[in-house]
Amino acid sequence: MTQTTTPPGTPVIELRNVSKTFGEVRSLSGVDFAVYPGEIVGLLGDNGAGKSTLVKTVMGFHAPDPGGEIWFNGERIDDWSVARARDLGIETIYQERALCEKQPIWRNMFMGREPRTKWGLLDVARMRSESARLMSDHMGFTSAAVHPDNVVATMSGGEKQGVAITRALYFDANLVILDEPTVGLSLTETKKTLDFVSGIKTAGKSAIFIDHNIFHVYPVVDRLYVLDRGKVAGIYQKSEISMDDLIERLYHVARTGSLN
Amino acid sequence: MVAETQPTGEKPKKPQDNRVGKPSFLRRYVSQVGIVGVGLAMWLAFVIAAPQVFTNQNIYIAFAQTTPQFGIIAIALTFVVITGEMDLSFPSIMALGTAVFCLLAQGGLAWPLALVAAFGTGALCGWINGTLVAWLNIPSLVITIGTSFLFRGLELVMMDGTGVPLTAQEYPEMHAIFRSSPFGIPVQTLWMIIILIGAWFLLNRSRFGAHVFLVGDNPTSARLMGINAVSVKTRAFMLVGVMATFSGLMTSIYGFYFWPTTGEGFLLNTIASVFLGGTSVFGGTGSVAGTFFASYIIGAINAGVVAAGINAFYTQLAFGLVIVVSVVLQTLIDRRMKRQSLTGR
Ligand SMILES: Nc1ncnc2c1ncn2[C@@H]1O[C@H](COP(=O)(O)OP(=O)(O)OP(=O)(O)O)[C@@H](O)[C@H]1O
Ligand SMILES: [Mg+2]
Repeated sequence: MTQTTTPPGTPVIELRNVSKTFGEVRSLSGVDFAVYPGEIVGLLGDNGAGKSTLVKTVMGFHAPDPGGEIWFNGERIDDWSVARARDLGIETIYQERALCEKQPIWRNMFMGREPRTKWGLLDVARMRSESARLMSDHMGFTSAAVHPDNVVATMSGGEKQGVAITRALYFDANLVILDEPTVGLSLTETKKTLDFVSGIKTAGKSAIFIDHNIFHVYPVVDRLYVLDRGKVAGIYQKSEISMDDLIERLYHVARTGSLN
Repeated sequence: MVAETQPTGEKPKKPQDNRVGKPSFLRRYVSQVGIVGVGLAMWLAFVIAAPQVFTNQNIYIAFAQTTPQFGIIAIALTFVVITGEMDLSFPSIMALGTAVFCLLAQGGLAWPLALVAAFGTGALCGWINGTLVAWLNIPSLVITIGTSFLFRGLELVMMDGTGVPLTAQEYPEMHAIFRSSPFGIPVQTLWMIIILIGAWFLLNRSRFGAHVFLVGDNPTSARLMGINAVSVKTRAFMLVGVMATFSGLMTSIYGFYFWPTTGEGFLLNTIASVFLGGTSVFGGTGSVAGTFFASYIIGAINAGVVAAGINAFYTQLAFGLVIVVSVVLQTLIDRRMKRQSLTGR
């Protein structure tokens, strides 16, 4: 495994020796992974390499097999869960989008973090108006085009994705995880999403970015992890490796299973 | 399924004709509007068929006293059905909860404490159902048949198969709570209205209610976004347990007697009310107001067919017609409103 200089400071999130087994399938084995403040980390690897499993473990959706540790801001956390992760400022655009399609947009937008009024009641008015605002500000939907009361099932694939992306942005997270966010997006929407990832860095926050298109990943990231069959096959500082080199090595990994 | 074609090329501006506005009132409340329509049509039919009976208030009083007996459970069951599950054990919980009340009260415990213990029993039964379903991931249709026998068996053993008289002299407060008529309105229906309002707020204005919809729609998505699906489903089952006990007590006090068979015959009325009210068997959508109106329609068929002097054999036929026709209509209108194709769902 290639070890390189890591950025200074305490990682926002760190996995130590994390393995994840589903029955017979070992999706992650002995993974060490860290994201530092203000850093965009790219995650590359073949289909089935374990990228999504890794970020779902970071999110607390999967619990690591015994022996694996999750550290948040230098503190070891045992009872990690999605609710906890989101409370601590981690938001994810999942590969499968995690929408509830029979529900209106406003319920999807605030899924799991519904705002309440001072009497503890669900603030439906705010959920509706915020959704309408977010849709026209961030998703470029004019408010007449898609109404917050429309159910997600009636939207186009790209629009659905827009809901998932906007939802992750709304909560102003410290760490945003994007699992193949640009799949199926139009050129302009893809550009907006990539600009957003760059914006995360400008705001001093962190991100994990998964995308099979290296031309999307390379320009925006600071560091890259290459996963292969559940193992970390390599870690690169962007300054150490050119895009051509990286592409060459990815082909090499795919052929031989090792980077060297 | 709705087509999931993903736009790949350029598509910066949506074409003008792609615009849809806010869904109309009718589109949003189509099930509720439909169910009220069915109810009115049925009532008119009854009035025309037997005017002398249906212009007399006695029929309405009987109907307002007995409908809430299953309607209250139907309102709670709506939550469970929206989460995508089903509970078949509530008739047994009605009996078990009431049995606990009777035994404790007979044993000399003050009635309010016996009441609390009865509700606690209902909640515990619901917790058991919910845990087996949500935590162990057992299909609810299967496991609640099992717990249904379990709760009923436990109750029969506890009562040794005998009933308990619940006279007004011995239980004046219970009769005031469950069988009076303040301002001439049967208290059963007042309870049903209060429970409807409470359930409406719980479902539509609380986080729990929001999560009920999300978990029923897509449990994996809900969990990915940090919703504890196990806890949401368990609480929904507990709500049914508590309301089943409430109804068991109300039903028994109404008859001045607790029968160990309490709850038998409640299953289909209750479930029919939920589905007739527009709650989807697939989970994710539903309404407590719909269930409320549907319960009264079912209750009206019960009371109406008999009172109109129609042979009681026709009750089931009327049930069947109203339920099948209105569920089919609801589905057709719903799809039309949501512009979904008829065949591809
Ligand atoms: N819940 C699960 N149950 C069983 N196996 C799983 C589960 N989740 C993932 N896997 C398996 O783990 C492996 C890694 O899957 P993962 O989704 O993490 O890959 P990925 O790197 O994200 O791939 P892709 O680029 O195709 O999205 C696959 O072999 C997959 O079949
Ligand atoms: Mg993946």
